[in-house]
Amino acid sequence: MRSPLLWRLLVLAGFIGLLEALCLGGVIKPLTMQPPHKIVTDLVKMLSSGSLNGAIAKTLGNALIAFIIAMILGVTSAIIIHRLRRVRDTLEPLFATYYAIPVFAFYPLLIILLGLGDAPQIFIGAMLGIVAVIVNTLNGLDRVPNVLLKTARVNQMGPVETALRVTLPCASPYILTGAKLAVAYSLIGIIGAEFIMSSGGMGYEISFAYNNFDNATMYPLILLILVVSITINMAIARWEKALMAKRGLR
Amino acid sequence: MNRQSGSILRNTLTLIVVVLVAWQALYWIVGDIALRSPLQTFAFAGKFMSTPQFAQHLAETSKAFGLALLLAVAIGLTIGFTLGASRFLSDVFEPMLIALYSIPKITLYPILLLAFGLGMSSKVAFGTIHGVIPIALFTITAVRNVKRVYLKTGQVMGLSPLDMIARIIFPAALPEIFAGLRIGFSLTLIGTLLGEMFASQRGLGFLLMSAIGLHNVDLIMALTLLLTVFAGTASVVLLALNQRLYARS
Repeated sequence: MRSPLLWRLLVLAGFIGLLEALCLGGVIKPLTMQPPHKIVTDLVKMLSSGSLNGAIAKTLGNALIAFIIAMILGVTSAIIIHRLRRVRDTLEPLFATYYAIPVFAFYPLLIILLGLGDAPQIFIGAMLGIVAVIVNTLNGLDRVPNVLLKTARVNQMGPVETALRVTLPCASPYILTGAKLAVAYSLIGIIGAEFIMSSGGMGYEISFAYNNFDNATMYPLILLILVVSITINMAIARWEKALMAKRGLR
Repeated sequence: MNRQSGSILRNTLTLIVVVLVAWQALYWIVGDIALRSPLQTFAFAGKFMSTPQFAQHLAETSKAFGLALLLAVAIGLTIGFTLGASRFLSDVFEPMLIALYSIPKITLYPILLLAFGLGMSSKVAFGTIHGVIPIALFTITAVRNVKRVYLKTGQVMGLSPLDMIARIIFPAALPEIFAGLRIGFSLTLIGTLLGEMFASQRGLGFLLMSAIGLHNVDLIMALTLLLTVFAGTASVVLLALNQRLYARS
């Protein structure tokens, strides 16, 4: 009756309906935005014709690589940093200010260092994501109960085995929080870098379409990115919630 | 408290030294083509800061950033207090805000440009949408976590809703709200700069973008340094203030 989910869907439907009405009524000019139904049909047409599949595959593929690098390096370095108190204390101000630093300012430098290929974009995406992963993993590792660590010691596990079989599974809900952020950051990194300077990918296609007033390409691409990122995010959030619920934490 | 802020200072200094050493080492490896040494960059930045060109762009960026921050704080607090006060509203809207927070906002920029046109307003709008959601989300949680006893005391005293917010909810939730403001501050700054980088004729972001186009390494390095130092300093100061607020409550 008063289900929040129902209301959420209603609000969303109302918002889309309003946009549709404003667009069809001419309040929002077609040059500014096309009506939502047209964006969706354009997206379907675009995907089925396959004209931009290369760009889409390139961007999502690079984002995936950046995400995997951020996760592997982030979790590994968090495990190492967690053991070194002094290093962690020193890095703490960096973690706190990291997201205030405009990382894109380093993009030209990276292009010169790594060449104008996919490498600098992946580097930016991974660089943006990694700190979120480290911070959240550290947070999770802090909460591993001492009993579990002692059990691992009693069973004479080595550091690697302890990490893989005890600490990481225990910290996994927090690592997933980091993973959610890393998904968003790797997409932001890749697409932002493609906006600034690149020769392909969705970000490039969006800015190209923008410069040519080609709304029939631009809006579907934007919609696709939004749908992809929200879907991945919701899937991870659900997984995280299930893990938390299994432990009776939420 | 004093000991704690002392250790923050020491850690920050260690970090700065490590970064400078790594920078110098990288310069020796890479060479003049893409990098300048820390010393050269500081010298150039110092010289560049006294030019009228810099002052003009800085003024433009500060204006955009100030406006965006003001809007982000005002809208964020309004949303936060409205949703935080009502269980039902926050149940409906909070997941939507979280979903919005997770999307790469950079993809929305062309839409903002079409809606607001080139120039100041789209920059401000871009900065605002970056900052507003974390402020709102933190405020919602902060308001919701205010102790029931405080609220009941307020009711017993017969406070009006406005007094309730001004005298009880706001002071009680301040440390957490401030944490949101700190994140909102950084994100708004990044949003404004990104806005200037992609479509603008003025401001530090534009200056950086044109330096990238001209491959003016001196200028790129100097601007990156200045922006990083500004963002870093602001963030450390806000963090210290926030810790003091938490310690007090």
